[in-house]
Amino acid sequence: MAKRIEVSGLHAYYGGVHAIEDISMTIEPRSVTAFIGPSGCGKSTFLRTLNRMHEVIPGARVEGKVMLDDEDLYASSVDPVAVRRVVGMVFQRPNPFPTMSIYDNVAAGLKLNGVRRKSQLDEIVEESLQGANLWNEVKDRLGKPGAGLSGGQQQRLCIARAIAVQPQVMLMDEPCSALDPISTLAIEDLIGKLKSQYTIVIVTHNMQQAARVSDRTAFFNIAGTGQPGKLIEIDDTSKIFTNPEQKATEDYITGRFG
Amino acid sequence: MSSLTTPSRAASLGSVSLGRKIKDRAVQGLVYLAFALALIPLVSVLWTVVGNGAKRLDADFLNHSMNGVSGRDTGGGAYHAIIGTLEQVAIASLIAVPIAVLTAIYLVEYGANGRLARVVSFFVDVMTGIPSIVAGLFVLALWLLTLDFGFSGLAGALSLTILMIPTVVRATEEMLKLVPNELREASYALGVPRWRTILFVVVPTALTGMITGIMLAVARVMGETAPLLLTIFFTKAINTDPLSGPQGSLPTFIWEQAKDPSQNSIDRAWTGALVLILIIMLLNLVARIIAGRRAPTGR
Amino acid sequence: MTSETGVEATAGARHRGATSLRMSTGRAGDKIFVSAARGSGIVVLAIMAAIAVFLVWKAIPALQDNKANFLTAEEWNPNATEPRFGIAQLAFGTIVSSLLAMLIATPIAIGIALFISFYSPRRLASALGYVVDLLAAVPSIVYGLWGLAFLSKHMDGISTFLNDVLGWIPLFGGDSPGKNSIFTASVVLAIMILPIISSITREVFLQVPRANVEAALALGATRWETIRLAVLPYGRSGMIGASMLGLGRAMGETIAVAMVLTYVPGINIHLLENGGATFASNIANSFDEATATGRGALIASGLVLFAITLVINMVARAVVARRKEFV
Repeated sequence: MAKRIEVSGLHAYYGGVHAIEDISMTIEPRSVTAFIGPSGCGKSTFLRTLNRMHEVIPGARVEGKVMLDDEDLYASSVDPVAVRRVVGMVFQRPNPFPTMSIYDNVAAGLKLNGVRRKSQLDEIVEESLQGANLWNEVKDRLGKPGAGLSGGQQQRLCIARAIAVQPQVMLMDEPCSALDPISTLAIEDLIGKLKSQYTIVIVTHNMQQAARVSDRTAFFNIAGTGQPGKLIEIDDTSKIFTNPEQKATEDYITGRFG
Repeated sequence: MSSLTTPSRAASLGSVSLGRKIKDRAVQGLVYLAFALALIPLVSVLWTVVGNGAKRLDADFLNHSMNGVSGRDTGGGAYHAIIGTLEQVAIASLIAVPIAVLTAIYLVEYGANGRLARVVSFFVDVMTGIPSIVAGLFVLALWLLTLDFGFSGLAGALSLTILMIPTVVRATEEMLKLVPNELREASYALGVPRWRTILFVVVPTALTGMITGIMLAVARVMGETAPLLLTIFFTKAINTDPLSGPQGSLPTFIWEQAKDPSQNSIDRAWTGALVLILIIMLLNLVARIIAGRRAPTGR
Repeated sequence: MTSETGVEATAGARHRGATSLRMSTGRAGDKIFVSAARGSGIVVLAIMAAIAVFLVWKAIPALQDNKANFLTAEEWNPNATEPRFGIAQLAFGTIVSSLLAMLIATPIAIGIALFISFYSPRRLASALGYVVDLLAAVPSIVYGLWGLAFLSKHMDGISTFLNDVLGWIPLFGGDSPGKNSIFTASVVLAIMILPIISSITREVFLQVPRANVEAALALGATRWETIRLAVLPYGRSGMIGASMLGLGRAMGETIAVAMVLTYVPGINIHLLENGGATFASNIANSFDEATATGRGALIASGLVLFAITLVINMVARAVVARRKEFV
């Protein structure tokens, strides 16, 4: 089952810098939630706190609670490695392992988790690639390096790699910003398909994209340089784009700043 | 879509398998061990050198030569060797630094990846790999056997020059490459000719880094022994003239004293090693301080 | 400081430039300066050419006088009235001691690089790197003295132990494991080449794209799994190249080996027994008593050493450079 995420009172820091301040929100399962906002508003930082990737940066730390159904990701007994296994992530730039074949890229996470049987690996690799709408394009060259694919294909390969380990939640950090329009469309189609099974959170700079793919939208903003980022409002996407509660959201949507 | 891509099994948190955890810990242990292993020889070398060398670190050692002192005698010193080392390294630097810095300037500022620049760069790499004893053999073959000069401090300095050039070229090159191109372009845009731009804009910007590199190179060649054995030969007496006659040097002094079975000689060898290490560490330290002042940002 | 000189230069240029576009803009200075720079580059080439030429030239007479086969003979008697010398023993000692040093040093050096890059606290990383670099600052004569007076005494036990346990392997066999063996020399060499291997490996690790590391972490990889997935495959050719550069360094190393080894004529495959010689140690040890032919013979052997290290270094650099293909 895809899981619900409930964040309450979350702060994130880089060394002495207060990056995001007091964020609380609920992210619904089997839906797409989009994070929008100007550069530096902390939306990517917030996304990375949801699978404890924030803390891999030296000096970074987090305060607050992130509940995945009924488990706190930041409880002291929880291993961040286990969190990332359940909350998958796709990055801004496609980052397949450069020395591995397409097949090995998809199988990488499975092998970590002890799946060794060739037949089982074959099956999951195929299904993950199909799940990522990539199977037909690569089925004849699974042994070739993943780095040889086009940017859009590489990004779908990264999505296949992430879904192969059957996560509960999928985080996407501006997954289309390095891609051309056609590849972007392919990824957006894929997001629409994946949301029937996963909780999906996507950070995007592109408001049309947020409007196209998401069910709910959260708007983040900063008061000024050096100030921490804050959640301004989160609501149904249609509401945010037509009739937001906050003036700042409306200004941003209508292009008055950002 | 089949059941596999549908996350049916509710994965719970906190469930990294024990095997993976153990492996992770085991590697961590090995990595810590590797670092500890590297510290053992470092600490041991410094410990034995200081422990054995301090005994004879006295005024006699620093201002007397070995003239008239035989292996079994107490007393005697490394004055002649210290003088020799300082002179040889100074001469080597005087020859090597201008050649190396100009070569680096050529490679970075003028070469533009042309054929000559690539060939020079390739041979600088080759030169980096020359065994120090081969540098000594070369000076022996050219300076002593072909041109018929005798053993001298200068011959030793020439062999050190060969070892110094590639290190200084690479260090200078690296520093020049760090100078942002905007700085050069700003200068050109003001109508400053290229050579003045290089001398008065680029080099000053890179200067502290270059000095660090040069000092590290000096520290490196100061400890070279092998080429000196073939070029300055050996003397127990003070010879302040680097241009003629065998000269002493700290490394060859240690080599000679260590070969003598008498404990008094071996003590002198340790003290020589201590003095040599002190000079080298001092150069290293000053170089790092200069480098640290240039780039105060940690990371 | 920079800007001041820049302004000065600018003022000068403007003053001249104001008169006419064709006034001197320092073209002559440019010409002199570029000639000096290019000339220095050519000096470097000339030195390299001279090294090859003079070594060959001075080696030839001795090689002509040689009554033994230079490549296969084990003896080294160039000073005799009928000079007989060959490099077989020297080549054996050089190659075996350096290879063994590389085998000992490489895993430790990679461990050190991993420690500094991924395990140590970030703030300490550069200081720890400096500590390892200090190993490189210790001159080889000091390692020799330490190896002779300290290490070799403590190698007795290790050598005897290896001989007892692994004696069935010929390399570790023999009846009388000693202190002044090729094995002891290899340990000293391994210590001396640790810093170069680990510093190049660290440089390679620094270039591992952050994105690959994050990809592995996001898949739920532990620290070691992240290193295995994202760091080691990327850094493989760099690590191979680094250990080869270490090998080249070990081969040319002279004084420490010359001090540790006791010369015993003839190839002895029992590495734990006293004896052995390398190209470089033989030159340092025999130079004092060498006659004209003896010097020529030493130069000839140095030429072989030069050629071997040259090939190894060039291959190593090519391998290190190959990793650039990946990005």
